[in-house]
Amino acid sequence: MSTDAGTRTTTTTTTAPPGRVGDSPLRPDGTLKVTGEFAYASDLWHDDMVWGVTLRSPHPHARIRGIDITEALTVPGVTAVLTADDVPGENAVGLEHADQPVLASEFVRYEGEPVALVAADHPETARRAAQRIRVDYEVLPAVTDPRRAMDEGAPPVHRPGNLVRHLQLRRGEQDVTAPVVVSLDFEVGMQDQAFLGPESGLAVPAEDGGVDLYVATQWLHVDQRQMCLALGMPSELVRLHLAGVGGAFGGREDLSVHVHACLLALRTGKPVKMSYGREESFFGHVHRHPAWMTYEFGAERDGTLVYARASVLLDGGAYASSTAAVVGNAGTLGLGPYRIPNVAVDAYGVFTNNPPCGAMRGFGCVQAAFAHEALMDELASVVGVDRVAIRQLNGMREGDLNITGQVIDSAAPVAELLEIVRDLPLPAERDEDADLRSLPGSVGNTTHGEGVVRGVGYAVTYKNVGFSEGFDDYSTARVRLEMTGGEAVATVHTAAAEVGQGLITVEQQICRTELGVERVVVHPKNTAVGSGGSTSASRQTYVTGGAVKAACEAVRSVVLERAATFLGRDAGISGWTARRSSVPRARCSPGWPTSWGRRRSRRPSSTGTGPPTRSTPTPARATRTCSSPSRRTARWSTSTWSSAW
Amino acid sequence: MRITTTVNGTRHEVDDVWPGESLLYVLRERMGLPGSKNACEQGECGSCTVYLDGEPVCSCLVAAGQAIGREVTTVEGLAGTDGLHPVQEAFVEAGAVQCGFCTPGLVVAAHDLLERVPDPSDLEIREALAGNLCRCTGYEKILDAVRLAAQRQAQA
Repeated sequence: MSTDAGTRTTTTTTTAPPGRVGDSPLRPDGTLKVTGEFAYASDLWHDDMVWGVTLRSPHPHARIRGIDITEALTVPGVTAVLTADDVPGENAVGLEHADQPVLASEFVRYEGEPVALVAADHPETARRAAQRIRVDYEVLPAVTDPRRAMDEGAPPVHRPGNLVRHLQLRRGEQDVTAPVVVSLDFEVGMQDQAFLGPESGLAVPAEDGGVDLYVATQWLHVDQRQMCLALGMPSELVRLHLAGVGGAFGGREDLSVHVHACLLALRTGKPVKMSYGREESFFGHVHRHPAWMTYEFGAERDGTLVYARASVLLDGGAYASSTAAVVGNAGTLGLGPYRIPNVAVDAYGVFTNNPPCGAMRGFGCVQAAFAHEALMDELASVVGVDRVAIRQLNGMREGDLNITGQVIDSAAPVAELLEIVRDLPLPAERDEDADLRSLPGSVGNTTHGEGVVRGVGYAVTYKNVGFSEGFDDYSTARVRLEMTGGEAVATVHTAAAEVGQGLITVEQQICRTELGVERVVVHPKNTAVGSGGSTSASRQTYVTGGAVKAACEAVRSVVLERAATFLGRDAGISGWTARRSSVPRARCSPGWPTSWGRRRSRRPSSTGTGPPTRSTPTPARATRTCSSPSRRTARWSTSTWSSAW
Repeated sequence: MRITTTVNGTRHEVDDVWPGESLLYVLRERMGLPGSKNACEQGECGSCTVYLDGEPVCSCLVAAGQAIGREVTTVEGLAGTDGLHPVQEAFVEAGAVQCGFCTPGLVVAAHDLLERVPDPSDLEIREALAGNLCRCTGYEKILDAVRLAAQRQAQA
């Protein structure tokens, strides 16, 4: 991170011990994290910064008749109080649909919705001033039961109505019957990601009229897009930098402090820090959708599935967030990894005046898994087949069609995995006199042993890697190779967020493997390079890793060509010849020969043949975008590498 | 309010502290020691664990005024001049660090355990770390780290 953000800055520039793909190198940020020196978003600090806080709605549904900020402005230490009137651009943000006000203007639609902002020299001063903002609410009837959200006469949360999405999926015969039928209703509750590092950011106003935001997030560029619209500023002036992220799990896909901190910074002309406490954090991000589900399986007497019918209702809360995509997953993946010839699925997402729901690890598959797996146990019980065996009997295999008709064209070892799991030894039965510390919950506050019972169950489910339903999912990487102090150093720059999963390690491993260098500098993550896509859907190692690999291949090609020109012959590295192409030839090229890893990059020699040499070679660099494997048409960016020494 | 306290062996004096501020806030925002983390600020997660006169406490639950004239040791004070403390080394090497937000608190809690019990049983480790939450669900590696640190200290 830039030193602009003060003395407590994150530096991801690291030199780690050698570690290539297949090795298990130590995390380059590990030492910083065990010593307390790693700078998370809430650790940032600036000399003359002020603190921003948010005033939130106490009502799930109300009309705002007026807001009086006069009294709040008189509090000593307060530097700004902002409302919807102070939003310079579109007062609407949203991950997929811009339907959520930056600050509520006419209506509030859930308890905890942001209404006003205060900046002050101390967070407590700001909080107390916020309590002196007078908001005149006309409380309205609220939709709190999603099962009633689409009833005639239900108050509309948004116009034209409360349906976010209905995914209807039909395959095979619809009037088919079966000798065995089981059906159950399920309800699963809301859940929170509860990442440990609270939503935080530091917005620093810049001399060019723009703003730099240092923030914990999962996708810098999707944040930037929304922020530009809300701030009414071009992307050159809205620059995002990834601060240290204390976990995410989907809860940082949507905006939190982003626009608010920037509004306050631009208004006050001072750096503004915002950092939620734990209670506010629960209001400050989306949750896992609660679900109401009805599932029915029709089967032969041996348990072979004949048909499945499912209805899944997800409570999206007050704003769309990623509800439509979660409905997509809950529908298309909602019957699990089973072969089912006849299918009827209806998945619904609805608006209510409950807290907004969106991404959380599993993204719609988790709720459905609870239903299809519980019903599979019920079916096993009714037909008298072992619970593992019935899953193996119906488990998807490579070459099968899933319920959308997509061919499963890669390994699908459902039966094999279940066998491995079944053969694992179980822990010992609970001893009635068991030491409390050995029980789940241990001596924490979850339980003190009361009510702890043991159950043994088996469940299978499946989930997409990469964004679903044909999303244009790609990432960008910039790689530069140069000589520094007599050593070849690769610098890799992506905007892909490291949230704890180990992406810094992976980027270094890929560069070392592809370029044979030991030193790899990972550039701070920011919007000065193209989008890295979201750190979600288990995609970053694959997609950003793929972009890094492609950029390395392009750099390597340049280096080899230069070497050939310089030597007057092929560089003579086994298996590789120089080639020039604006498009890498292969998505997945063979691995770099291991002997290359120990070679040092050659310096041009004055005694060599070939063109005159210069003492400092121009670095070789390349930018590449890489699409996820689900998208067949690769998107490669224009080649930008240097062609001269 | 003026707060004078010794943190990691250095005397700190800060003025104009609002009496409602916690020791955690003063460490992080006034003394330039943000290693102790602000994860729950209600004594549930242990991320803010520091030593106060040698006793591990949740610094979010200690009013800053309670630390006047006392000795505080934070995660920033555990490493020696010759490198990381064995507990810190073990956390890095065992893969016990992911997002790392729980790590400072766990490192202090594990440090305290090994000071008291050099060769802890698994049950003793579980008990000692019961007040620390990790949302990346890295508990197995954390247990490995404590075992490794105990082993290293025994060998040293």
